[in-house]
Amino acid sequence: MSLGRATVTILAKELRTEFRSRELLGTTVVFVLIVIVLFSFTFNPTSSESRRFGPGLLWLAFLFAGSLMLQPSFLREQANDTLAALRLAPIDPFSILAGKMAANFLFLLLVELILLPVFAVLYNIAIFPILAPLVLVLALGTIGLATTGTVFSAVAAQARLRELLLPLLLLPVLAPVLIASTEATVGLLRDPSELSLVWLTFLVSFDVVFLTAAWLFGEYLLEE
Amino acid sequence: MAGESQSQLPSGPAISWPWVLVVFLLLAAASYGALIQAPEEATMGLIQRIFYFHVSSAWTGFISFILVFIGSIAYLRTRALKWDWLSVASAEVGVAFFTVVLVTGPIWAKPVWGIWWTWDARLTSSFLLWVLFVSYLILRTLVDEPERRAMVSAVFGIFAALDIPLVYFSIWWFRTQHPQPVIGNGGSLDGRMWRVLMLCWAATLGVMALLIRIRYRLEAMRMEVDALRLDASRHAR
Amino acid sequence: MATPQSSSSNDGPQSLNSNPNHGRGSGLTIGYSGIEKRYGMRMALRGVSLEIGAGECVALVGHNGCGKTTLLKITALLARPSKGQLTFSAGTSALAADDIKRRIGMVAHNTLLYDELTAEENLVFFGKLFNLPDPAARAREALEPVGLLRRSGDMVRTFSRGMRQRLAIARALLASPQLLLFDEPAAGLDPEGQQWLGATLAKLHAQGCTIVMSTHGRNETQASVTRAVRLEGGEITHDSGPRGDPHSVLALAAVRETAEGDAR
Repeated sequence: MSLGRATVTILAKELRTEFRSRELLGTTVVFVLIVIVLFSFTFNPTSSESRRFGPGLLWLAFLFAGSLMLQPSFLREQANDTLAALRLAPIDPFSILAGKMAANFLFLLLVELILLPVFAVLYNIAIFPILAPLVLVLALGTIGLATTGTVFSAVAAQARLRELLLPLLLLPVLAPVLIASTEATVGLLRDPSELSLVWLTFLVSFDVVFLTAAWLFGEYLLEE
Repeated sequence: MAGESQSQLPSGPAISWPWVLVVFLLLAAASYGALIQAPEEATMGLIQRIFYFHVSSAWTGFISFILVFIGSIAYLRTRALKWDWLSVASAEVGVAFFTVVLVTGPIWAKPVWGIWWTWDARLTSSFLLWVLFVSYLILRTLVDEPERRAMVSAVFGIFAALDIPLVYFSIWWFRTQHPQPVIGNGGSLDGRMWRVLMLCWAATLGVMALLIRIRYRLEAMRMEVDALRLDASRHAR
Repeated sequence: MATPQSSSSNDGPQSLNSNPNHGRGSGLTIGYSGIEKRYGMRMALRGVSLEIGAGECVALVGHNGCGKTTLLKITALLARPSKGQLTFSAGTSALAADDIKRRIGMVAHNTLLYDELTAEENLVFFGKLFNLPDPAARAREALEPVGLLRRSGDMVRTFSRGMRQRLAIARALLASPQLLLFDEPAAGLDPEGQQWLGATLAKLHAQGCTIVMSTHGRNETQASVTRAVRLEGGEITHDSGPRGDPHSVLALAAVRETAEGDAR
């Protein structure tokens, strides 16, 4: 079966499983909300300061949430050893990773889009004028987050202390994404027509590098 | 079994004394060069001499992490555990060198600029690299079985190494947008200073090679001991 | 010799394995040559060499930790041997790597099923991954002989152990495999379940499928066995051979296990 079709089939299964229970979605949204509220206590959220600190805090919240909710991606497959069932099928092993990466991407993007208006309201930041470029930055950053996060959750699934390990591995690697996304967003808030080409290209490069690395080396993680 | 791993075990003593002597001499020469022979820097004075070791350690740490990258890829391609030994040895040595960088940085900064840390581009990148490879080492302690550990470390090692240029660029570009005092030598280097720097770098590279070799041997011997232990317990039954 | 057929299924609802090639010769042949598997310092398999012919029903026996599960995993291409060669052929032609997986069905120690999906969804999902032409129809067809058609819309989480085992077997048979691998299939089944399993194995054997099964004690599943191979410490100690009588080896294994049980 072709890589593309196998990926889509696995993606569909992941989404179906996730939206059947919706427990992870709800929990993640609430978690990011809590982080946003807590952050607001650490500085005075007047308009000017919000525009400077807000985007960084929002991205930090997304990164933390991501590193926590990406856990179940592979842990779920350990329950009945369904990972073995996937590996028994005549599919490219990378499609297992790719399907999960795509599912995690969509899931995280959904969380971010739900929380974006909430964030805008709480911090008095006008996002409508910059909505399209902002969603672009969100999407590119989330691709990086989903790609590395899925691979590292496969890594962590084979180790002890996996709940602690995933953030430990993920957050340092994603520091460049944090910088790029935050700077791009701050730039947009400063001047809605100015979408930083440098940071945008950087995010695309990040995504390409790690998608390629995942494609070349990810399937080793599934072997026994 | 014991027979198997013996074929992988490098022969000869772990510490070859001629090599140690060479490295020692290099270090001595470098120290002399840095502390005494090199011209005193105009504005910063004596403390500036730490720069030679600070920069050499950074470059050498960087090379160590490239060795982690090479070892990781080689392991995935060949499944020979010796590449994993190289990876862990290089990672530990790299972290050690970057610790030197992170310690000498503030020591240099305080007398010259009055503050311990300024989040300047190079130092911040070094910090992040340090954290990244400490995570690599922590990951290794959390996986018990040698082949599985080698596999997951190799994949993470590759990702971490690929992240290095991305880290440097993003922090550097961020800094050009938001300038801050730079902990560095400011102007260009005088010819004599370059020579001393190169000598220091050669010395630190020698130390790196020596430490990696020792650590590599240690890892090989550890496997040998485990194999013997397993054999012994089996015969005891 | 017959060349492998495509995996379409139109043989009627009662046939479990809808391979239209009935009779001996339609199963896969397996060649193990010097297979070794090392986990860290532990040798799970040491130099296993064996030839299993098409249509044989082989029982792997031995106490826990002797290497049965490891050998099955390697046969299913889930694990790679540290050393040695594994070859498969259908008819007279050796099979390329891509072609092998879709001809193998496995029932493992774990159910290999998704608890949060329904029985039908599980089968449709795996049917798609195995590239079946009409996964939905095939799934419903597969549920009938195992008696789970009524429960097709229920989540696997609500199933009993016996029902999960039956669904796992339906999943293994989905793509009409020519080789079936069972890892202690009778474990956890009540006597009625074991009887059903024994009858199922007999039917599959009659249809010519090659079966390799690891089994622990004496139970209903051993009725169809044509060959018994005993493993100990990762090596083959007894092999009744393709034409021999498996029951002596089976009996030997049973006695050894009882003795070990008494000794402990």
